[in-house]
Amino acid sequence: MRNLIEEIFVSAFSNDILCELGDSAVIRSGSAGKLAFTTDSFVVKPLFFRGGDIGRLAVCGTVNDLAVAGARPRFLSVSMIIEEGFPISLLKKITRSVTAAAREADVVIATGDTKVVERGAAEGIFITTAGVGDIPEHVSVGPERIDVGDAVLVNGFIGDHGVALILGRGEYDFKSDLESDVAPLAGMIESILMVCPGLHFMRDLTRGGIAAALNEVASASGKAIEVDEAAIPVRHEVSAVCHLLGIDPLNIGNEGKCIIICPARDCDTVLAVMQRHEYGRTAAVIGRVIEYGKAVVIGRTAIGSKRIIDMPSGRLLPRIC
Amino acid sequence: MLNDPRAAVRLVREIEGIALRLAPRRVTLMEVCGTHTAVIVKSGLRRLLPKNIQLVSGPGCPVCVTPPGLIDAAITLAGRPRVILVTFGDMLRVPGGGGSLEAARAGGADVRVIYSPTELFALARENRSSRIVFFSAGFETTAPSVAWTLMQAERSGIENLFVIAANKLLPPALEVLAQAPDLRIDGFICPGHVSAIIGASAFEAVARTHHVPAVVSGFEPVDILLAVLMLLRQVQAAKALVEIAYMRAVTFGGNRRAQVIIRTVFKRVDSEWRGFSLIPDSGLGFTKGYARFDAVMEAGMAVESGRPAPGCMCGEILRGVKSPEECGLFGTTCTPETPIGPCIVSSEGTCAAHYNQKTAGIDDF
Amino acid sequence: MCLAVPARVIEVEGDYARVDIDGIRMRICVALVDDLAVGEYVLVHTGFAIHKLDLDKAIKTLELLRRMVNDHENAE
Repeated sequence: MRNLIEEIFVSAFSNDILCELGDSAVIRSGSAGKLAFTTDSFVVKPLFFRGGDIGRLAVCGTVNDLAVAGARPRFLSVSMIIEEGFPISLLKKITRSVTAAAREADVVIATGDTKVVERGAAEGIFITTAGVGDIPEHVSVGPERIDVGDAVLVNGFIGDHGVALILGRGEYDFKSDLESDVAPLAGMIESILMVCPGLHFMRDLTRGGIAAALNEVASASGKAIEVDEAAIPVRHEVSAVCHLLGIDPLNIGNEGKCIIICPARDCDTVLAVMQRHEYGRTAAVIGRVIEYGKAVVIGRTAIGSKRIIDMPSGRLLPRIC
Repeated sequence: MLNDPRAAVRLVREIEGIALRLAPRRVTLMEVCGTHTAVIVKSGLRRLLPKNIQLVSGPGCPVCVTPPGLIDAAITLAGRPRVILVTFGDMLRVPGGGGSLEAARAGGADVRVIYSPTELFALARENRSSRIVFFSAGFETTAPSVAWTLMQAERSGIENLFVIAANKLLPPALEVLAQAPDLRIDGFICPGHVSAIIGASAFEAVARTHHVPAVVSGFEPVDILLAVLMLLRQVQAAKALVEIAYMRAVTFGGNRRAQVIIRTVFKRVDSEWRGFSLIPDSGLGFTKGYARFDAVMEAGMAVESGRPAPGCMCGEILRGVKSPEECGLFGTTCTPETPIGPCIVSSEGTCAAHYNQKTAGIDDF
Repeated sequence: MCLAVPARVIEVEGDYARVDIDGIRMRICVALVDDLAVGEYVLVHTGFAIHKLDLDKAIKTLELLRRMVNDHENAE
């Protein structure tokens, strides 16, 4: 996927804005000030899972991409590609989720599009959202601002979404009440920026999990990150499923989690604000940016040794050996 | 306690004490279990050990030792009409002589991944007009579950289920390794879950005949440190015994019921391992009563011996005689994203583990 | 090789059983082990119980480790 993006699209579309490859593009348009602009497509299976559905996901994914760019999300577009014969009742249910999530994130669905394709040309429904948000002039987040000594925080349990999907797909005979963490983080991030407008960087955790996000941050900033693996919040159920399938919780997808990198002196304040918020109750400080000379992610293991946490490659496959 | 850094520190101190007394002698211990390799890499355990104690990875990944010819045969079968090829996730990306099953799937073949062999019942029932071909890889831990599934299939008259038997037996491979002139192994960290089935006594020949100490280990970092300590004590006392450091799951006799189930369906056959060529009595073929499940025979196929990709050193690496850095393809054309050999595919493969450390230049922390 | 995790038996139904693994409930095949009782722990591999865990021996291992740590801490 990464190769695909870099070799085909970046080289073809190349321009200064795109090549930043951030969660959102940061643009200036006339007198509107700094804007964040992003888009994302959702092809999740199953469409409905514990804790959410494709509708909530489509809003939260885009809202979070805007929020971690330091923006206050304002307007969304929602485009749906619907397979012929898709039940109207489910379409209504998904639409209600879109509306509810948009209201929660305080964004306006300003435009949209609908296409119906013949049976087999889509799996139920695909949704594409795009979003625009304002970035306050005094906020400036970016990988270049990351400094040695900065604290790295996460807003709670990782891997819930990915594992909820694994359970929801019903491919294995596993059952649990575990719910996806899918949530719009704009409110929490706004509160954080209020107490710490000078924070250095944010990134939401999606496919590839926290391992992918940390590695992207390391390579974008050219700095090393050391994390205390025991400090990363993981639910028992998530670690049980990971054990069963031989996968690493650090590589599992999330939809309501982000990492925040801030100056060490602001760390306690940021943590306190996060923990007061519904979507940050189990937030934790998980590591720091260190002087190492290489852009890598180093994990301090439970038994007191160190390892490299690498970029997850390929699809997550269950293994038995 | 098993995850307690204090227990780990304490065990490391004991290990350091013995290592110091053995110095300058270099002690090489081999783990022969992919999950052990994974735990060792993930917990950074190698870095905790003294310099003269070296852990090397042996042929512990059953999909890695599957000969390329058999993978090619599976890909051919998967490409036939009305065939659903089923396998464990581990096997999907392992390259044969040419492509992998994942590539075959992308090309339109019906390839599915299961977690448990019991899922084969439903697959066979729901797809009566197709042949369900299960590509069965695994060591002794996996063999009884496959065998039991086939006994049930036989009993309930399921006729469209077939199996490519790629199951391997570990003790014969350890005996080959113990005698290898190009390799000097001072002790084996034996696989805990294989031993839960076959019993620790299955490694007696390794210890007695070939004089290599063997300690069965569990899967927490502390379990492995304990096994290392027990091996070093044997090395120090010039003993070669089979011991168990994983008492909660392993006995000397093993799981008798599972052993009977394996013997009902499978018999020992000479078997080709990637990197070893033929090892006598190291694989499982079908007994007479279960011969009809043999997918290769049913399809009237001849399995070519198959060649690994030119330049690929996975064979030598699986035997522990070469390290990934000695391979010309390693890290250049062969990477986890574009695997050429099997050892770079899954995160616990030796090459994959080295690859991550190489890119990080990790030796200096 | 061979990933296996400990699970607690909740209910036995012939060749199958319902087990709990840290909040994940699953149905596994128990045909490979003898006389399984509710509350016992088994090792699960590919959806099969491959071994009954021996809790007494598990406790002994933990005690051995605890003693090693305590002796060490007392000595320092």
